[in-house]
Amino acid sequence: MSDWIQITQLKDIPVLGSRVIETETVRIALFRNSHDQVFALRDQCPHKQGPLSQGIVHGSTVTCPLHNWKIDLATGEALGPDEGCTHAYSCKVEEGKVYLKLPLEVANTAVARDCA
Amino acid sequence: MKQKLVLIGNGMAGIRAIEELLKYDRELYDITVIGEEPHPNYNRIMLSPVLAGEKEIDDIILNSYDWYEENDITLITGDKASKINRINKSVETESGKIFNFDRLLIATGSIPFIIPVPGADKQGVIGFRDIADIETMIDFAKNTKKAVVIGGGLLGLEAANGLMKQGMDVTVVHLMDSLLERQLDTTASAMLKTSLVERGMKFLMEAQTAEILGDDKVHGVKFADGSNIDADLVVMAVGIRPNIELAQEAGLYCERGIVVNDTLQTYDPTIYAIGECVQHRNICYGLVAPLFDQAKVVANHLAMVGSSRYEGSITSTKLKVTGIDLFSAGEFNEEDGDDVLSLNDPSQGVYKKLVLQDNKIKGAVLYGDTLDGTWYFQLMREGTDISAFRSTILFGQHDIGDAGHGDPKVAALPPEAEICGCNGVCKGEIIDAIVKKGLFTLDEVRAHTKASSSCGSCTGLVESILASTVGEGYDEKPSKQPMCKCTEHSHDEVITAIRDQPQKSMPAVREALDWKTEDGCAACRPALNYYLLAHWPGEYQDDAQSRFINERAHGNIQKDGTYSVVPRMFGGLCTPNDLRAIADACEKYQVPEMKVTGGQRIDLFGVKKEDLPSMWKDLSEAGFVSGHAYGKAMRTVKTCAGKTWCRFGTQNSTGLGVQLEELTWGSWMPHKFKLAVSGCPRNCAEATIKDFGVVCVDSGYELHIGGNGGIKVRVTDLLCKVETEEQVLEYCGAFIQKYREEAHYLERTAPWVERVGLEYVKEAILEDSEQRKALYDRFKYSQKFAQIDPWKERAQGAESHEFTNLKIAG
Ligand code: SRM
Ligand SMILES: Cc1cc2nc3c(=O)[nH]c(=O)nc-3n(C[C@H](O)[C@H](O)[C@H](O)COP(=O)(O)OP(=O)(O)OC[C@H]3O[C@@H](n4cnc5c(N)ncnc54)[C@H](O)[C@@H]3O)c2cc1C
Ligand code: SF4
Ligand code: FES
Repeated sequence: MSDWIQITQLKDIPVLGSRVIETETVRIALFRNSHDQVFALRDQCPHKQGPLSQGIVHGSTVTCPLHNWKIDLATGEALGPDEGCTHAYSCKVEEGKVYLKLPLEVANTAVARDCA
Repeated sequence: MKQKLVLIGNGMAGIRAIEELLKYDRELYDITVIGEEPHPNYNRIMLSPVLAGEKEIDDIILNSYDWYEENDITLITGDKASKINRINKSVETESGKIFNFDRLLIATGSIPFIIPVPGADKQGVIGFRDIADIETMIDFAKNTKKAVVIGGGLLGLEAANGLMKQGMDVTVVHLMDSLLERQLDTTASAMLKTSLVERGMKFLMEAQTAEILGDDKVHGVKFADGSNIDADLVVMAVGIRPNIELAQEAGLYCERGIVVNDTLQTYDPTIYAIGECVQHRNICYGLVAPLFDQAKVVANHLAMVGSSRYEGSITSTKLKVTGIDLFSAGEFNEEDGDDVLSLNDPSQGVYKKLVLQDNKIKGAVLYGDTLDGTWYFQLMREGTDISAFRSTILFGQHDIGDAGHGDPKVAALPPEAEICGCNGVCKGEIIDAIVKKGLFTLDEVRAHTKASSSCGSCTGLVESILASTVGEGYDEKPSKQPMCKCTEHSHDEVITAIRDQPQKSMPAVREALDWKTEDGCAACRPALNYYLLAHWPGEYQDDAQSRFINERAHGNIQKDGTYSVVPRMFGGLCTPNDLRAIADACEKYQVPEMKVTGGQRIDLFGVKKEDLPSMWKDLSEAGFVSGHAYGKAMRTVKTCAGKTWCRFGTQNSTGLGVQLEELTWGSWMPHKFKLAVSGCPRNCAEATIKDFGVVCVDSGYELHIGGNGGIKVRVTDLLCKVETEEQVLEYCGAFIQKYREEAHYLERTAPWVERVGLEYVKEAILEDSEQRKALYDRFKYSQKFAQIDPWKERAQGAESHEFTNLKIAG
């Protein structure tokens, strides 16, 4: 597990919006809610791989743009009654800067890891 | 410390209220439920199918013991609340337990009325109310032969049918000369009787029970005219009486039922009551739909939200005898001045009757084919003016089965029949989910199966499946539909608040209207954003994060996350240079597929999001603006060749189309909005299935409104005929503005016109030229802010974060 890496500034993520981070192996969506909390999820809906970053953010949930599944931003779990889960990454905000903890060297395995 | 809530009556109304309460607040109360029956809450309605052997007791349990445990509810079963002590706020049970309460909810239901004739207390005389009654009946059916059911109402006939299925010889005794006289007119009643007689049921009409014969056990029934028949079992189904004994003894004011106000409080403000035991505005209800409405309201007050009122319900009824379809609602016996529409086909066993007053449905009776019952009922409750489809209304709601869904007789469909084409859900899956997960409402079925959650064309089918699986009365839409789960308020209430209070920002609307969620949800945010934009152009700052991604990215999102680009081609006209610019852009950005759309322009599919701004820049430099093919917005104006070229053309349809598109492009709408102009009545531009269509004729222009070519095809209504192009533009702008200001978000013009009525729209546009001009002016004013090309803005750097990703070394 690598250390915290600074990704961006809080102000660069719109409130109730998102930004996308591309790594070589995975697309990660960074979300900001109305309390300035930031969450990071693999940008792939557990339903049919919809890009969650493009959804509408409300509370601590994002609604997938393709078929309206609701995904919990903190855990990556689909909210009932739908079932499924996308990977959630550790993420923090300090002094206006957003940090992500990425298992870089194992990005692949991290993604494949069962997240239940 | 938590407050204490005690519920007396572990039945349908009470537990529904608890479920609703838990949705508001799980922490507020320690909840205790006291139930006399030795069972968890079950679906009383389904006792009839259980008796008929079509279902097991286990199938009809609504809340298992686990449910109570999971929700930390203390459940007392098989013990009766015997005393309410209002002074020290406690309830005592027969076994001597005592529970204190801060608030008390009484939902004791009702008790079957047993006619007080001599012998009514003999063994073998029962009512039809609970599991114990069913068990008794099944027991008698095993050992004895003859049953008499007193009462030819819904309950009596269902009991008789069930006993017959259990192998008994059943006679129904009825005081009146026709069955179900409170639910059916005489024609339908006669049809019903014939069909029941064919099944082997016997009837004694106009017979007044005088005495139950026998020793300690029943042997027969004697009537007022001196005659008698043999019986081993007598089921009394002559009516129910609100169960008010406990409340009365506690000194709560009761008449026929426990009297409650619109917040379902008894005369003691800490004691609430709902269900069949109450009397509200002088009515005691005996069906579940109103009780569920009450449950919602009482939960709202118990949760201390305190924002809703129960104002009564209109009910409909259905008989649950398999193979007999029967539906009735409202006042179906006509009075002077009412119109009656009827369809009677005795050979098919179909009878339909609608009673109308001023083109609104007052009552309905359906026999043999009840598929449209829900629809008629909805039209009735909403007071819809049906003049636009009065001539076909008896044939049913056309969208059912319209989209190639095949046989509309849902019951006849096999389990593997696909019901929802969008999500590939078949009938069996829906029934499975309803049964296994205990679903009751359309919303729940949508959530669990996705059926009917997309285009909605199968909603009618799903509703029928729901009704036939869980019994009628469940899926009643409340007369007022809240906008979404975040609020109790309807679209109309929200629109009115935004316009009149006035509210000019989203947080202000949510605050003023007691939104239950902080940020709203993916359903209400886009709607609020639209309403604010439509009412306060120039003042309200559009909120990108409240827009669906298509409108935020100004392209349609594709299944692989890329976007499509559709440049506007005014009126479908284009030049070689236009086409060249499009071709160049396609090559430069490696567009995988180009296609001519049904809207007379070109769609470029599969563009990467990051490429959008620069591609738009190129297109913008070539003179293109966004086609808004992605928006709840004005889409296209389809035109035909017209007078310039066509030998039949009467006016310059292409030129007029361009003018209309120049007037209306960029406008945000409640839903997508399409226009067309045809040069003559041959109508090559298909103007009569558009939201606003113009058909040119020699003497001028026919203006058509409210057409739709999509899921449910609807041909336009003629608004009026005008003489000049200027008039076309003015009427068009006025119509659009009326729609923009009043329709619900995601309601296209077709359903809007049907909801508010053509006459209403005509009045607004045609009757008063001042009013029309004012609408038109408001439209033009809002266009000042809307006709800023979003593509150009973004090509110049606006919202750049939307189109650029963050990168880190991989
Ligand atoms: C591109 C096009 C098909 C084509 O290749 O011809 C098309 C494509 C889509 N249509 Fe359409 N419709 C297209 C013409 C039509 C037409 C024909 C017309 O406009 O003359 C209709 C029926 C006429 C009507 O609307 O009354 C039509 C009725 C629908 C409907 C059903 C609307 C309804 O009220 O029933 C939907 C679903 C919706 O809006 O909720 C829909 C939705 C869609 C969406 C946006 C699906 C979506 O939500 O992602 C498709 C986007 C494709 C994409 O990725 O770009 N499309 N769609 C047409 C674009 C026209 C344009 O130039 O803007
Ligand atoms: C056979 C049958 C078929 C029906 N079919 C339909 C239909 O098709 N459609 C429809 O809409 N409606 C139908 N109904 C009516 C529907 O079931 C009732 O309207 C509904 O159950 C009433 O709910 P409730 O909570 O008021 O009463 P109930 O469901 O009767 O619940 C009241 C509960 O309180 C308990 N109780 C009473 N007094 C006490 C006490 N002192 N202490 C503790 N517990 C107590 C009772 O034992 C009972 O369990 C049918 C009813 C029956 C019997
Ligand atoms: S383009 Fe229209 S008809 Fe074709 S698949 Fe998409 S929504 Fe359906
Ligand atoms: S891909 Fe997200 S809901 Fe279907």
